Amino acid sequence: MALIEIEHLSHVYHAGEEGEQTALDDLSLSIERGEFVAVLGSNGSGKSTLAKHLNALLLPTSGACRIDGIDTREEADVWRIRQKVGMVFQNPDNQLIAAVVEDDVAFGPENLGVPSAEIRRRVDEALKAVNMTEFRSYAPHLLSGGQKQRIAIAGTLAMQTEAIVFDEATAMLDPEGRAEILSIVQRLHEEQGITVVYITHFMEEAAAADRILVLDHGRLVMDAPPREVFRHARELRALGLEVPLAVELRDRLRAAGVALPEDLLTPAELVAALSGKGGAASGD
Amino acid sequence: MLSNITIGQYFPGNSLLHRLDPRTKIVVLFALIVALFLFDRPADYLVMSLLTLAFMLLSRVPLRTLLGSLKPLWWILLFTFLIHLCSTPGEEFAHLWVFSLTFEGLAHGFFICLRLVLLLLLSSLLTFTTSPLKLTDALEALLSPLKRIGVPAHELAMMMTIALRFVPTLIEETDKIMKAQQARGADFVTGSIVRRLKNVVPILVPLFISVFRRADDLAMAMEARCYHGGEGRTQMKQLHFLPLDYLAWGGTALLLAVLAALWLL
Ligand SMILES: Nc1ncnc2c1ncn2[C@@H]1O[C@H](COP(=O)(O)OP(=O)(O)O)[C@@H](O)[C@H]1O
Ligand SMILES: [Mg+2]
Repeated sequence: MALIEIEHLSHVYHAGEEGEQTALDDLSLSIERGEFVAVLGSNGSGKSTLAKHLNALLLPTSGACRIDGIDTREEADVWRIRQKVGMVFQNPDNQLIAAVVEDDVAFGPENLGVPSAEIRRRVDEALKAVNMTEFRSYAPHLLSGGQKQRIAIAGTLAMQTEAIVFDEATAMLDPEGRAEILSIVQRLHEEQGITVVYITHFMEEAAAADRILVLDHGRLVMDAPPREVFRHARELRALGLEVPLAVELRDRLRAAGVALPEDLLTPAELVAALSGKGGAASGD
Repeated sequence: MLSNITIGQYFPGNSLLHRLDPRTKIVVLFALIVALFLFDRPADYLVMSLLTLAFMLLSRVPLRTLLGSLKPLWWILLFTFLIHLCSTPGEEFAHLWVFSLTFEGLAHGFFICLRLVLLLLLSSLLTFTTSPLKLTDALEALLSPLKRIGVPAHELAMMMTIALRFVPTLIEETDKIMKAQQARGADFVTGSIVRRLKNVVPILVPLFISVFRRADDLAMAMEARCYHGGEGRTQMKQLHFLPLDYLAWGGTALLLAVLAALWLL
């Protein structure tokens, strides 16, 4: 059984009222344990709405969303679901609750009624996993955006979630903070096998995933590995999305007549392909 | 410009008073305040003054800092003193317009002011030696027996926690908005009151919008982390009484008993 199973999920805001807004439209997909899935889509395509379904912050208008086999509409199981799927939101300032870092990380397990000694152990471990141990007694407002997001990640780790959903968690960070978060997420995914759902506007981040979902007007329009998705650069641009720099360069060079593989994805691959070419060109 | 505002007035340290359990400190403070109001003979005042002085020395908080907390009360003290001086019947030593100033008034005014000063010093000692976080935990612990009669102990503590977390953030934000408005030529320091108030509106509006947005986000984040009120909640940091605390409880009880006994004699 997949960790996340979504079947014919639709979500309509203000259903039956004035200003009715269909945010998700007949979405079906499943995400296995241990996958790293990126979600792309222009503003208003329904990414956040999807994210909020994954831990029962929103419930389907129709269709179903199951986490580890539990239907999110089962009211009695809502805490079990939220314990399995954690969330890191966009604004680093608006998701830390306590006035001291380690108290904030403890917030989730405290709500779950975990015994004190066990909370202590989990908090220490979670802070270590995001390299924030030395900031344990800081006030959150003294931290950088990237550091705050690391604390938010630690907060979900301390609940021992199996999956973490990032809803544009790097959108408000500087490039340094962004790189920091992505590398921590990759490490948690590889070392602890955490399932990652990573909503982002940054294509380089999406390229790091195992699989990319592309949403458009609440519909799933692509669901494939990055290499496959970025092959369709033109379609992506039509959806209002960018492509990674290496892909952009690949397409321009191809258009200019340079023979490059059409599924080339990373800067390293580009460099390798071009230096190969360089040898051939000098032979001309 | 707003960065010199701090919440509370915690003075970090490791004195005996700092090490007392915050619950002990609150209860002892409460007992001493009651004593201040119950026992009001000169000898009682002497005992309480000496005790306060001893606490001040024990706290290792600089005297200047401690006395600084009296500053806002200066006018109230003066006013209280004058009222008592003028309105207490007794042996008159001077006459001023319709008021007769009496020796009794002089004494009465002095003791009432002393009482206020002691009250303020003792309460300041609590906030100087206890971090706001510990105060919050202690308040929740002390109020929790009252949950049964409907006192929202956990909710109050949660509100204090969130306030402690967000006040600095909001101050920073206000500062940013003010600077942005000043860059556009707004003036908050000169001009008539009406004019200055008018200039405050463009600060308050964006601030309020942002506060509501934050509250919305925060509620969502708390829900995502399984927050569902105080029911079944545990705490990572639990308060523990030390031998020092028992000593403080015992000492306070003894003091109250002695004062009460002297009163009855
Ligand atoms: N609380 C809401 N009430 C009404 N409409 C909403 C609400 N939240 C989002 N929407 C609408 O639903 C659509 C999808 O929004 P969202 O999931 O936030 O998209 P994204 O995160 O991809 O930008 C948008 O058209 C948006 O206007
Ligand atoms: Mg969004």
